[in-house]
Amino acid sequence: MSAPLLAVRNLRTEFATRDGVLPAVADVSIDLARGEVLGLVGESGSGKSVTGFSIIGLIDPPGRIAGGSIAFNGEELVGAAPERMRALRGRRIAMIFQDPMMTLNPVLSIETQMVETVLAHERTSREAARARSIDALTRVGIASAAERLHQYPHQFSGGMRQRVAIAIALLHSPELIIADEPTTALDVTVQGQILYEMQKLTRDSGTALIWITHDLAVVAGLADRIAVMYAGRIVEVGAAADVLESPCHPYTRGLLDSVPAATAPGQRLKQISGSTPSLLRLGAGCAFRERCPRATPECSAMPEMTTVDGRALRCHHPLAPVAREAA
Amino acid sequence: MSVLPTPPSPADGVQTPWGRFASQFAESRLAMAGLVLLVVIVLTALLAPWIAPQDPYDLTKLDLLDARQPPGAQSMDGLTYWLGTDGQGRDMLSAIIYGMRVSLEVGVLSGAIALSIGSVLGVLAAYLGGRFEQVVMRIVDIQLGFPAILVALILLAVLGKGIDKIIIALVTVQWAYYARTARSAALVERHKEYIEAARSLGLSGARIVLRHLLPNALPPLIVVGTVQVAHAIALEATLSFLGLGLPPTEPSLGLLISNGYEYLMSGKYWISVYPGIALLLTILAINLVGDQLRDVLNPRLAR
Repeated sequence: MSAPLLAVRNLRTEFATRDGVLPAVADVSIDLARGEVLGLVGESGSGKSVTGFSIIGLIDPPGRIAGGSIAFNGEELVGAAPERMRALRGRRIAMIFQDPMMTLNPVLSIETQMVETVLAHERTSREAARARSIDALTRVGIASAAERLHQYPHQFSGGMRQRVAIAIALLHSPELIIADEPTTALDVTVQGQILYEMQKLTRDSGTALIWITHDLAVVAGLADRIAVMYAGRIVEVGAAADVLESPCHPYTRGLLDSVPAATAPGQRLKQISGSTPSLLRLGAGCAFRERCPRATPECSAMPEMTTVDGRALRCHHPLAPVAREAA
Repeated sequence: MSVLPTPPSPADGVQTPWGRFASQFAESRLAMAGLVLLVVIVLTALLAPWIAPQDPYDLTKLDLLDARQPPGAQSMDGLTYWLGTDGQGRDMLSAIIYGMRVSLEVGVLSGAIALSIGSVLGVLAAYLGGRFEQVVMRIVDIQLGFPAILVALILLAVLGKGIDKIIIALVTVQWAYYARTARSAALVERHKEYIEAARSLGLSGARIVLRHLLPNALPPLIVVGTVQVAHAIALEATLSFLGLGLPPTEPSLGLLISNGYEYLMSGKYWISVYPGIALLLTILAINLVGDQLRDVLNPRLAR
């Protein structure tokens, strides 16, 4: 296996709040190979978006990356010069955001926004930039791209806008795209189309993709691997099929059980008891122990990340037999 | 090829942003009247050399024998003084048209300069934050703590007379209003996702501020701008009335009012009253347009 495109090691991102330092991301390690699709799954506030923003270097005060390393193609990004980060952003690492209504500037035409993105990183003519933009729009399935290029964001529907946002992200054929819940704001049919096209585009261009979502169904068909986050830490990583079919962490199990499709009609949905703990008062042990059916006194010590058969896990009492030997 | 439903094209009755803006603006008759009045005033001022019956700056055309003629009087060479003449025998109508030109020039120029300086500083303060924001906004606070007329009077006392001097004084007084408005508008926009998205594309800071932040913070600035231009015209008139504004060779409306002030008690009302009405109409027209702009551009009042 070649060197990973992205290697995140023990990343810690904190936010200074009135009530103390909030560790939004703690001890997160991710490896991503070229062309690989990683689904980063977790509920609201689990730190999955902050992980994405940390990688692309868009953590603003009061937040800061407090420790760890992010190596992109072997280059360290934590503490890199702002100018260097700016050169990477948009060109080699691109980001797609959740709400397509909000990510396009309402007062600029699509053409202006696309051309300026091309010219931000390359010295080329306006005409060439225009041609590239039309090509990118066509690739994401926008009909009569040349005419639509002149239009403004409000003249596009939600799904179309997200396509435009994806086209902008693709302009420089980046090596890594971080997609932060890009289909959450869209309705289900459009979501399906966007998912299908994203998959096709990343396959064709060999782009690695980190797909951040709270929706397990979305990553099920898309991701090669899945990383599950809880309270700022990754609790389980594995091949998508493995994680979904035989989850080892009680939290992953709970997440999968609470998907409506897993329950027979008329039955009550299973739920994880309790609610997410405040990141300010996590204590020393496993963050999930208060809600975990398998918790024992041992769980008041933080479990280490253990890897067996390409399956990484952070739990003292894992479920499936595959990982039990390691615990 | 995808089979997504195509969104409506402009031909299907979807208005362009400008079209929607124009039709919303036209909803108020009062505002339209104000706009028409403003256009007439601006055109009159711009075309002054062709419209005015007399060139009030050409002292050779003046005849002291025609001084203080009432409205409707005939001059020696057959010219009708529709609004009378002033103490030097100047045709009041011509003087008002030229005076309006000076007043508008001062108001619009100082407004535009103050808008540029104030909005750039305000948007930068919002974008950069930190010490820069602290310094700029404290200066704004101090500036707004003093009465505008006082600051302008002191400046003019130091600088002397002249159009450039009064524009400097008005800009000094007014930039703070724009800076404050620009900062608060930009603070709102700054945390919207498209700014984050622009940063994620690796655009430069200057580009984000000028191309993305500033245009989106513009609507409230336009509203403040119209109000402040009216303000600037009134302030300039006040300063001229107090004798600290423009040189008497090129009188603005304020100076015309001031010139006629001494004749007011002797029944020669026209020298002060007509320039006063012109000033009133100008400011009224600008404010009517500004009010409607505020209603149309205010997202909170969106219908």
